[in-house]
Amino acid sequence: MQQKRKNNLGIIGWVCGGRYGADRYAYALHRLTGLGILCYFLMHIFVTGRRLGADGPDKWTQAMEFFQNTVICGLPVFVIGEFLVFLAFIFHAINGIRLIFVELGLLVGKPGLPAYPYSYSTLRQRPVLVGALCVVALLVGVAGADFVHHLWFVE
Amino acid sequence: MRESKLWFLHVITAVVILFLLGSHMGIMHMGRILQVFGIGSTEPTNVEEVFARSKQVLFMAVYIVLLGTALFHGLYGLRSIIYELSFPKALEKTVGRVLCVAGIALFIYGSYVAVQLTKGA
Repeated sequence: MQQKRKNNLGIIGWVCGGRYGADRYAYALHRLTGLGILCYFLMHIFVTGRRLGADGPDKWTQAMEFFQNTVICGLPVFVIGEFLVFLAFIFHAINGIRLIFVELGLLVGKPGLPAYPYSYSTLRQRPVLVGALCVVALLVGVAGADFVHHLWFVE
Repeated sequence: MRESKLWFLHVITAVVILFLLGSHMGIMHMGRILQVFGIGSTEPTNVEEVFARSKQVLFMAVYIVLLGTALFHGLYGLRSIIYELSFPKALEKTVGRVLCVAGIALFIYGSYVAVQLTKGA
């Protein structure tokens, strides 16, 4: 039976456990975005539950007005927060697709003999990460431009 | 259930969520962009639109499937993070059971809400 080793660094090890590459930071960001989406999702279940009952439409309207009109330091914090959840979803989804491909051994090339100059797995996976980040940047750019335009120039 | 089966389910639910939550996010957050292509709505959280969607059986089914898959995917992911922190075995088991019970309870509550909204309650 495999011996389970103690994880001494804990959560700190997500970001500063050594000389990490971009893949490792993508891993940490994947987890952070996942936890953020989970928190929002659990709240979303209860906010949706407020629609029940005869006064459901009124409660829903009140909740939406609260989220849209609450301003702290001149910023609509809930509107911005909701958009951050959307950005987190984009990163988590695109990076998740990359992780599934890597898990299945796709897009990382065939295994070969260890001949010099050596090719290692991280190097073979790097182009997939760069491609995924480009897709994330494109989607964030389109959605961000729409969000900023609507928030500052329309409302 | 063996850990490898749970991990496989984690990957399968990710693919399901990708399509369902992707559609949900597209409708809710990219309405103005989608309208360029003649689909979507500019006011998806408007009370009339929200309740009109809730009354459709298709949306109810999609919400329940999304609820189940997202709860499993999210809570299994949280469990994996907690299990990596080298807590005592007994605490790990307790956390696993608490998350399992919480997931089932949230699924029952969320499904109840979706069904009642479709009935028009």
